[in-house]
Amino acid sequence: MARVVLTGNLCRFTGGEAEFDLQAETVRSLFRALSERFPPLKPHLEHGVAVAIDGRIFQDAWLEEIPPGSEVHLLPQIAGG
Amino acid sequence: MSQAFKLDDTGHDLKWVGTRPVRPDGVDKVTGRARFGADLHLPGMLVGRTLRSPHPHARIESIDTSKAEALPGVKAVVTRDDFHDMPSEFVPAGEMLVNYRDILRNVMAREKALYEGHAVAAVAATSASVAKKALRLIEVEYEPLPHVIDPVEAMAPDAPVLHGDMFTAGVEPAPDKPSNVSKRVEFKLGDIETGFAQADIVVEREFNTKPVHQGYIEPHACVASVSEDGQADLWCTTQGHFVVRSHCARLLGMDVSKIRVTASEIGGGFGGKTVVYLEPLALALSRKSGHPVKMVMSRDEVFKATGPTSGANIRVKVGATEDGKITAAEAVLRYQAGAFQGSPVQPGCMCAFAPYDLEHVKVVGFDVVTNRPKVAAYRAPGGPISEYAVESVIDELAKRLRIDPLDFRLRNAAHEGTHAAYGPKFGPIGLVETLKRAKAHDHYGAPLGPNQGRGVASGFWFNIGGETCVSLNINEDGTATLMAGTPDIGGSRASLAMMAAEELGIAPEKIRPLIADTSSLGYTFLTGGSRVTFASGMATVEAAREAIKEMCARAAKIWEIPEDAVVWEDGHAKPAGDNAGDFDPLPLEDIARLAGKTGGAVGGYARINAQGAAPSFGTHIADVEVDPETGAVKILRYTVLQDAGKAVHPSYVEGQYQGGAVQGIGWALNEEYIYDEDGRLQNPGFLDYRIPVASDVPMIDTVIVEVPNPNHPYGVRGVGETPIVPPMAAVANAIENATGIRFEELPMSPPKVLKAIGEHGINGANGAGR
Repeated sequence: MARVVLTGNLCRFTGGEAEFDLQAETVRSLFRALSERFPPLKPHLEHGVAVAIDGRIFQDAWLEEIPPGSEVHLLPQIAGG
Repeated sequence: MSQAFKLDDTGHDLKWVGTRPVRPDGVDKVTGRARFGADLHLPGMLVGRTLRSPHPHARIESIDTSKAEALPGVKAVVTRDDFHDMPSEFVPAGEMLVNYRDILRNVMAREKALYEGHAVAAVAATSASVAKKALRLIEVEYEPLPHVIDPVEAMAPDAPVLHGDMFTAGVEPAPDKPSNVSKRVEFKLGDIETGFAQADIVVEREFNTKPVHQGYIEPHACVASVSEDGQADLWCTTQGHFVVRSHCARLLGMDVSKIRVTASEIGGGFGGKTVVYLEPLALALSRKSGHPVKMVMSRDEVFKATGPTSGANIRVKVGATEDGKITAAEAVLRYQAGAFQGSPVQPGCMCAFAPYDLEHVKVVGFDVVTNRPKVAAYRAPGGPISEYAVESVIDELAKRLRIDPLDFRLRNAAHEGTHAAYGPKFGPIGLVETLKRAKAHDHYGAPLGPNQGRGVASGFWFNIGGETCVSLNINEDGTATLMAGTPDIGGSRASLAMMAAEELGIAPEKIRPLIADTSSLGYTFLTGGSRVTFASGMATVEAAREAIKEMCARAAKIWEIPEDAVVWEDGHAKPAGDNAGDFDPLPLEDIARLAGKTGGAVGGYARINAQGAAPSFGTHIADVEVDPETGAVKILRYTVLQDAGKAVHPSYVEGQYQGGAVQGIGWALNEEYIYDEDGRLQNPGFLDYRIPVASDVPMIDTVIVEVPNPNHPYGVRGVGETPIVPPMAAVANAIENATGIRFEELPMSPPKVLKAIGEHGINGANGAGR
């Protein structure tokens, strides 16, 4: 299980739930599990969302592993100038 | 899986990384050989020019190009009718999603012109004079509409609405009327009401900033050549030629494989050359005319039609205890997006309080469209604006609590394990080190004279990785050619060659680093987000290690021993294990010379999506002197202290620190877009839009702090964005220290400073005044 924390506007699509436990082994399976639990969230996960696993930020990394007990944050992707 | 290097991967003392070799692109640049965007000439090439709207907001009733097309020498004219409309389709582009429907309309206006300078037609002709004459013959019928430029005015209920189909996202209930607010975003930790209730002191202020341009010296320029069979070559000045290829293919309905884009040398970008303006027009004109077409913007066009950053309105409220511990922080940001949605308000929200370890924080942001050019990224997009406001309030809190401003920051500084205000925990970061080094720096204790003041401020940027390809070929004489897909805007050819040299065990001058065109490498994201030394460096290391593995295999074949019995050390294959000492080490050049006999050419290729970028924090010290007679502010001394993780080529890191600081000083003191009542830009040139020149600033001192990024083989963090974040607040805090006046509006130009002195007098901490 990973401890999932939503930041920013994503909580609007979870009925206000911002922190919960979820079974997910990879970023992709995390997105699937989130989409099943919160269907309105699904389109917002397809683009523009980054995942921080224990503080290390991953962008567009479907296959990245999520170790058990990880703290996982979802946040907007970043680019820069 | 993404890349996951460990810092000790290198396992040896560094020979090249951390040194200062001569840059490989230096001779071409100082001798004039370097070819920039406007320097390519092709046989039969036409001159392309753009007709632009004189109105800040107008419905385009009709466009008649018949007279222009009939003019001798005119080979093609394109308007909105030459581009298929795009559906509303958002695609990821870093901190914001971009909508191809909007990109198309920004490149060429369709229903409405949304800012002065908005392109409405383009011509290709045999000469510049014919093209200019043709533009005058194009008849555009406009219905002028009311306009709005200020973000707060644009949010008013009675403001002219730019897009009738824009309904604010992120609010409940969903609005039933369109507005200029494209979205509301919110980030929060804890409960700010609880936090403010714990405060002994609360400071709340409202700030305003103006749009500022990236100010690159080289204007946008390109040459497009489309053949009769639909194959296209595009040469352009850009920070991301793969991104240019993607956008142009979509806008023109072409296969990606049909377009080959070559990035020229670049005369500055700073984020402003991450989007397309001329390139689709030049391709469309070339496709229509059958000739190559060159387009080069004038400076006037650069200012009027390319993205400055946002102007903004920011309200910041911070509470603290008497002993200097912040209890709560709140900010509301309203950022101009320009004509289409997509300001950097989201990263602005995320950056605002990033330097602080806070329990209770809330930041709300609004993305606001207005009748000025669509915003483009500018170094640390969004961060400088919000952090200017926050760092100004932090300074005021420290002063009112009679705590040294660096000590105040140290008591509240983010550190490893701190939950950033935008969510995740920080890994190892160097903010505290920059603050301590600032406190110990002789600059911080140096005496000040009358009307002089000192200010400090800290800043943050995330940094990124992303899709990156690198190819490394070992040549037959033992030299190497390194091809990267990230245009070199800050010395990356040098730093990549140095990392390859470190891995291969040969000198950097034996490696020729090049920027490959889009048909020579796999997709590579643009140069931005301070990602190149990190991500292309990571790919370079991987490509070099692949080449080394192959060279060890070739040595094993020559020696007729198992491949795993060969190791690579200092540019040589050496037998190891049971075979140690049985053969003389085989140098790289011998393996290269024999490559044809052992299986063919040797090389390495890396295709990665680099992950694990780590943020960079900086702290700046500024000394100013305020002239009470003129209001002019002179920068007396300036020091940048910033965490680089590991400085691969320290001179380039110092250059990034200095360049970012000087751009921030310009933002603080002089730079602004000035519009008249009719919504027309009054200062579209460097005479009236005043960027700092060498005589305006002292030598910027630099201190490189190195807290390694554990996710990079050499510990690299990006360094290019953060240096522009602290200067506005550092200078504002210094002016406050000199005058006793807290300025809440940028730029702090002489008329504003003089007016404030007239109203308040000078009551600085260091005497004099009037």
